[in-house]
Amino acid sequence: MSDTYYNPRDLKKFGEIAEFEPKLAEKFFDWYGEVFKEGALTVREKSLIALAVAHAIQCPYCIDAYTEDAMQKGANEKMMMEAVHVSGAIRGGASMVHGVQMMNKAKKLSM
Amino acid sequence: MIKSLKARSNDLSLSSNQLEILDNGIFKEELPKFKNKLKSTTQYPLRPSQLEIFQINVGYMCNQVCKHCHVDAGPDRKEIMTKENLQKCIEIVKKYNIPTIDLTGGAPEMNPNFRWFVEEAIEAGVEEIIVRSNLTIIKANKKYEDLPSFFKENNVRVVSSLPYYQASKTDSQRGDGVFSKSIEALKMLNKEGYGVKGSGLFLDLVYNPAGAFLPGDQAQLEGEFKRNLKSDFNIDFNQLFTITNLPISRFLEYLIASGNYEDYMEKLVSAFNPAAVDGVMCKNTISVGWDGKLFDCDFNQMLDLPVDKANSNHLDTFDLDDLMDREIRVSQHCYGCTAGAGSSCQGAVA
Repeated sequence: MSDTYYNPRDLKKFGEIAEFEPKLAEKFFDWYGEVFKEGALTVREKSLIALAVAHAIQCPYCIDAYTEDAMQKGANEKMMMEAVHVSGAIRGGASMVHGVQMMNKAKKLSM
Repeated sequence: MIKSLKARSNDLSLSSNQLEILDNGIFKEELPKFKNKLKSTTQYPLRPSQLEIFQINVGYMCNQVCKHCHVDAGPDRKEIMTKENLQKCIEIVKKYNIPTIDLTGGAPEMNPNFRWFVEEAIEAGVEEIIVRSNLTIIKANKKYEDLPSFFKENNVRVVSSLPYYQASKTDSQRGDGVFSKSIEALKMLNKEGYGVKGSGLFLDLVYNPAGAFLPGDQAQLEGEFKRNLKSDFNIDFNQLFTITNLPISRFLEYLIASGNYEDYMEKLVSAFNPAAVDGVMCKNTISVGWDGKLFDCDFNQMLDLPVDKANSNHLDTFDLDDLMDREIRVSQHCYGCTAGAGSSCQGAVA
């Protein structure tokens, strides 16, 4: 058992998940690779979406990986921070929009 | 302005110390040495194909001190190629009909015989002359302000570094104020017709990542540079070359100081692309040092690894047949040229 739950060096071992289940891992990595190819969205747009999602799900591996990936694809610091704000806005918005549910319930319970 | 490693008497100013780092550490057991990697893909030894480019380093003096410079160039570097050696280059290029001369430095324009050499090379019938200009030299002193028209008169191909289309990343790599001076210089070049469609005058830009990461897709970055430089500054250029930073000299210093060295080397090794090996520049280039020594590439020059031909490793003993029969010298820095889409002085290769 390592001292911490997250070890930065484990990111490089991502491919090793195939050790316990090669068939599904192969399908997963094929699909993963396909997802990030240029399509209707550019590879950089996909990288910035991945970076925003990484912050929403708070995956440290993904944050490291997609910060570097986005920089490699020519994104600058402002673009990356805007992506993080999008992530934050959706997370914050998700809490705030539930305020309507709270209001509905409160109004129903009130005279 | 920072000083060169040499002026700071930094350990890394000695090529032997750089090679020691590249041969040991993470390459002792963990990562395969470049030679063994080539063996595993049956691409060892590397041999030259045809000599197409005579890349001449006319001196290490430069008006800039970029953080990533593999030459360790700067105003304090005094190594300059003599007129005598420049003349020898002309004779060799003429004798062997080498189509392209590629002038690099330092800032090649700071060699006092630079203009004379370009004119002589044209006179000698060289098909193409490339000048690797850092752009700011054009704005460094009044005596350089007519360089754009000089380039035009001699139909020189200008290749210039610009790591990003915005100031912050450019200045962080190349020094404060470099971006704005570069933009002014690019406008002056555009005014002469450089980079303008149909002019026949070529202006290419070089993108080096401003940090410990690999360059992205060349075509995509070129599109982005073109869009942004046009909309923000009305600047045109021809091609963008993406070049990977090689782990030597001041970039090696940066990698070590920032704690990125091992991760960066792992990245280069894991991105090794056998298809890029076929396009590496050492196959069609001879690099000439300021003192006339011959190398497989400008990087080997900086690591003091001359061509592996004791009888023809200098301008004075230049023997093309003998040189074409050589094995190209490799070390772990070579992973920089074979990572991903590959990297050469003409950008991606695979």
